[in-house]
Amino acid sequence: MSLFRYEYMQLALASALIIGLTAPALGIYLVQRRLALIGDGIGHVALTGVGAGLLFQTSPVIMAVVVATIGAVVIELIRERGRTSGDLALALLFYGGIAGGVVLVGLSDSTSSNLNAYLFGALSTASRTDVATIAVLGTAILIAMIGLRPALFAVCHDEEYARVSGLPVRTLNLLLAVTTAITVTIAMRAVGVLLISALMVVPVATAQQVTRGFRSTMAAAMALGLFAGGAGIWMAALADTAPGASVVVLAIASFVAVTLLAGAWRRFRRSRPQPAPPPEPHEVVLGGS
Amino acid sequence: MTPEVITVTHGVVGYGDRPVLRDVTLTVTAGEVVAVLGANGSGKSTLIRAILGLVPLSAGAVTLFGRPVRRFRQWQRVGYVPQRLGAGGGVPATVGEVVAAGRLARRGILRPPGRVDRAAVAEALDAVGLADRAKDPVATLSGGQQQRTLIARALAGRPELLILDEPTAGVDAASQEAFAGALRDFTSGGGTVLLVAHELGPLRSVIGRAIVVHQGFVVHDGAVPEPAGDHAAPDHDHVHPHGPEEPAGLWSTP
Repeated sequence: MSLFRYEYMQLALASALIIGLTAPALGIYLVQRRLALIGDGIGHVALTGVGAGLLFQTSPVIMAVVVATIGAVVIELIRERGRTSGDLALALLFYGGIAGGVVLVGLSDSTSSNLNAYLFGALSTASRTDVATIAVLGTAILIAMIGLRPALFAVCHDEEYARVSGLPVRTLNLLLAVTTAITVTIAMRAVGVLLISALMVVPVATAQQVTRGFRSTMAAAMALGLFAGGAGIWMAALADTAPGASVVVLAIASFVAVTLLAGAWRRFRRSRPQPAPPPEPHEVVLGGS
Repeated sequence: MTPEVITVTHGVVGYGDRPVLRDVTLTVTAGEVVAVLGANGSGKSTLIRAILGLVPLSAGAVTLFGRPVRRFRQWQRVGYVPQRLGAGGGVPATVGEVVAAGRLARRGILRPPGRVDRAAVAEALDAVGLADRAKDPVATLSGGQQQRTLIARALAGRPELLILDEPTAGVDAASQEAFAGALRDFTSGGGTVLLVAHELGPLRSVIGRAIVVHQGFVVHDGAVPEPAGDHAAPDHDHVHPHGPEEPAGLWSTP
């Protein structure tokens, strides 16, 4: 553990743990709405913000938050309106976002290694202020995602039913879009913008191999994210690899391991003789007439 | 006079250039059980969606409990049962979690669920016979059981008006029979029901009035029409050739 005697390592570990806990709590709603790739798309858009920040010598993170939030709101409004053209509009936004970022970085004095740090994360880049921002915003997002779970679940599960329940569907959708943008951008220094969306999705995909309900999936995904975040930073420090890539490699490894174990467990259960299930009262159980 | 629960006045709905509802006027008063009948593509599902404010009217007006649907806010009085569980669900959810969503209209989004909510969910699950499946993932249920889950979700909010879109489509006859019983229980408690159906089957005895929609017009509003000839036969497969012929005299000029 002597690796963590340096302050920058402690800061990197703290931010990875917060992101590991927060990203799946938000990502589960995106996965449920079959928008697993939206985090990645918003990450592309955020790169334009990073580029603008580097070019105009302002804080790249703040510019990224602003640009990504605008991008997320635009994407959500396109999704709400469009039925068929939404897919293409999203593609345009994504490619425009990453191209804009690369061009703007090229125009500024920064080198491409600077952009690399935002793409894949870098251990040494997290400052105390960064970690404080991640902690404050991460806590706020966690509270919103857990506190509003019934409403967000209803909107992501069955949007029309949520509308007929009188829920503020558009507000809740925009809340998800904006929190996605914020999560992607606050995490980009630690994990890297291209890999943060993996932390939103992969722990959820892993958890749902073995869980039965929404709440248990959320809890398990958050635990897995926490593990991947902590262990990934440790591995990055040990092997001197990019922290973002290490975190995601560990998250994917847990996915593969859990999938194999769950498959083996199911085969084991099936191979054992099972007691005959009680005869199902054939769809006739509704209140008698 | 019985209060009007639903009114539609000269309602027109079109998707793009294609009119789906051309001129629909109807009234449902408290305590009635009304079936909207019609062939596939007749506009009956669109009518339900327009009443719920899910598709906008291009002309005419809809009121729910005396208020224009655009300004209607008391959604806890309405229980909606869609045709099937939406595509939403990349993540597993238990039957109990889905039914609990029916409490949101009553509770609001900020208050965490309390004892009253849990009791209402348990009662609704009991009413549809799924109390022992509350902790099972919805995806493992049969089609009929999933349909019952959606009905339980609507009942959990303790609504005054139930609106159901093809609640018995693809559900076995025994379950339809039981479902008719649940509807009877609901209406004996003073509830109002509007349901869309392709055919009534065992629900026929519960229905008080039928509205037949054909090509976007109401062509019949009154007693439940007798099924014609082999229509009533259980093995009739309901293939309707939709030709140019119209029911002359009802609304078309001869």
